Amino acid sequence: MSETASTETGFFAEEMTISVGPQHPSTHGVLRFVVKTDGEVISEAIPDVGYLHRSIEKIGEKVTYHGYVPYTDRADYLAAMFANQAFCLAAEKLAGTEVTRRGEFCRVIACELNRLASHLISVGTFGQDIGAMTPFVHALRERESINNLMEEICGARLTYNYIRIGGVGYDILPETLTRIAEFLDHFTPIVEEFNRLLSGNKIFIERLAGVAVVSKEDALSYNLVGPNLRGSGIKWDIRRDIPYSVYPELDFEVPVGTAQVGSLGDSYDRFWVRIREMQESVKILYQCLKMLPKGPAIAKVPKKFRPPAGECYARVEAPRGDMGFYVVSDGSEYPYRVRIRTGSYTAMSIIDKLSKGIMVADLIALIGSLDVDAPEIDR
Amino acid sequence: MKDGAFAGVPPQVVYAIGMVLTALVVLSVFVAPLAGVTSWLERRVWARMQSRVGPNRVGPQGILQWLADGIKNIMKEDIIPTAADQKLFPLAPYVVFMGFLCSFVVIPFGANLIVADLNIGIFYLLAVTSLVVVGILMAGWSSNNKWSLLGGMRSAAQIVSYEIPAGLSVLTIVFLAGTLSMQGIIKAQGWGPWDWFMFHNPFTFCTFFLFFTAALAEGNRTPFDIPEAESELVAGYVTEYSGMRFLFFFFAEWGNLYVIGAVATTLFMGGWQVPPVTDNPVLLAILQFVTFFLKAYFWVFVAMWIRATLPRVRVDQLMALCWKYMVPLSFICMLGTIGFMFMDENGRRIFGALTLGFAIATIINFFRRVGFQFRSAKPEFYWKPQI
Repeated sequence: MSETASTETGFFAEEMTISVGPQHPSTHGVLRFVVKTDGEVISEAIPDVGYLHRSIEKIGEKVTYHGYVPYTDRADYLAAMFANQAFCLAAEKLAGTEVTRRGEFCRVIACELNRLASHLISVGTFGQDIGAMTPFVHALRERESINNLMEEICGARLTYNYIRIGGVGYDILPETLTRIAEFLDHFTPIVEEFNRLLSGNKIFIERLAGVAVVSKEDALSYNLVGPNLRGSGIKWDIRRDIPYSVYPELDFEVPVGTAQVGSLGDSYDRFWVRIREMQESVKILYQCLKMLPKGPAIAKVPKKFRPPAGECYARVEAPRGDMGFYVVSDGSEYPYRVRIRTGSYTAMSIIDKLSKGIMVADLIALIGSLDVDAPEIDR
Repeated sequence: MKDGAFAGVPPQVVYAIGMVLTALVVLSVFVAPLAGVTSWLERRVWARMQSRVGPNRVGPQGILQWLADGIKNIMKEDIIPTAADQKLFPLAPYVVFMGFLCSFVVIPFGANLIVADLNIGIFYLLAVTSLVVVGILMAGWSSNNKWSLLGGMRSAAQIVSYEIPAGLSVLTIVFLAGTLSMQGIIKAQGWGPWDWFMFHNPFTFCTFFLFFTAALAEGNRTPFDIPEAESELVAGYVTEYSGMRFLFFFFAEWGNLYVIGAVATTLFMGGWQVPPVTDNPVLLAILQFVTFFLKAYFWVFVAMWIRATLPRVRVDQLMALCWKYMVPLSFICMLGTIGFMFMDENGRRIFGALTLGFAIATIINFFRRVGFQFRSAKPEFYWKPQI
């Protein structure tokens, strides 16, 4: 503990060390920061990760390729579909399996619905971190509708295990498609309402404009991905730049931060990118519902899935950015090594740099705006 | 007093015991249900605004929920952390509670329904509500917890700062009424909105909003709830409290909500003034009580509404708002009102009517905005008072 003495008054001022978390209301799971403050002003915030480590990568070496898919759900339980897809992409690349066309569209529909759900949680809890309770409940209400749709699609509400190697587990029924279209019609004005309630709120903007600014250089050197990177004005989206699945056929924008209330790359820009991504996801979903072809939802894949020896890295654009699965095969039924690369882990590393000189309340806003998610950090 | 149970006891002691007993009765039959029902109302109103149901199990529509919560909290273990200050820690909730309870002495519920019409009524009210900050600071310091300390310090800075615009707003009304007595202030107004101090002139209209904002800040309400900001400071100064002591803080907070409404009603909205419809004193008293209650609860409702809508400001923004905007504005409003006091009766009426018109135009514009919201969000309308 460092002590600084004021020579004029003779009083001693001490830095206070506070432990934010692991059971703090706004650390979204079990994160911990060791924060050194001078009154309310933070001089240092050191992230302490590892409270939610479940050895998901090691488990990958002990179960079969098919059997590992449900485990990938748990890597990021707010966006389980993307981990499913990233792992399946890697396994398919290794074995050279072709995914059916309907399967690809089902994957995109499920993923974009999941992106909506994940971003709703993100912007909702962000509002709650800033102190607005109602937007949080409204966002959760919409997420419930999405969970109901997910239940119709794959029978689960959180950990889906829907995307399988070669396609998807279950075909999407025509009634479900109608209900998805109904939900999208209902959801479009809700985003506008959400913007009027929260995004346009003067207090909300004042709290976020110019707070915790990430410059373009910092965003690149700290390896930020997803909305955090795009919030700093860098147009990079795996769906557009390293296309996978049927995304090249779909028409969508990649929203980037525009410094509309403060400086480029501040907390508000990251938040606003998420709101606009939700609108883009709605656009993608409408197109997919129109373009969905007939045919089988899953290709014929052998029960004993043995890809030839080799290694492969597959990446998808998850709600928290670039999610990658690196899978090494030795030709047996079990992967030799699985490595997961997630967006939240790299986002955690920039918190220490950004938190110098901001206030305790801003640290909470910063964590919320980076949308770090404890299970994804530790895996 | 030579006979009966009190033989030999000095009459002053009997009188004092009688006062304490009366206070206990008032506390249990009036103040406790008031704070409790306010808490229930807040949870229900909040739930409706957030598309939830809220407590609806205990009693009809869940109106007895506060009673169940109270019983539960009394049964709970009273935990005093070993690291906490063993004397101040248990004492702090009662100081907060007393600050809130004492304010009920001067709240005029009707022409005769007042505990004591002190000639320094509103000054007394400002003084006793300041006790709350002592209690909060005590809680924050004695908990020996860093979050509590931060919460207590925030609270002290906030309440002391916001007392200045609140005091200046009150002073503006005291100038107009020429008295500090609560009943005197109400009697200086009339039953119609054009006779209310709120619509006396444009400056008092602004003063009302300054007062209401400052009162929200003093009552630790959103958007100024930074002392207990649950997403930042865990629970602020109440972090270490549990059971009934924890409840006392919230008891005071919800009760304070009613006090804010009641004071706003008294100072700006004509208090219990009713049109001269009846000569029956009992009927008149009931009518006055109901009028006062509804007016006060309207502002309680507005405070709940604000809480459901707005995010929280940061601590430096809170201070900037107070010292850079609200204090100068209250001074301007005070001086402007002094200027208006030189105006004759007709001029006063004309300006009162103009201000009232402006207020009505504001309300109409507000509902136009609400209509716009409805048209663009296309919500489904339904009428379900009972869920």
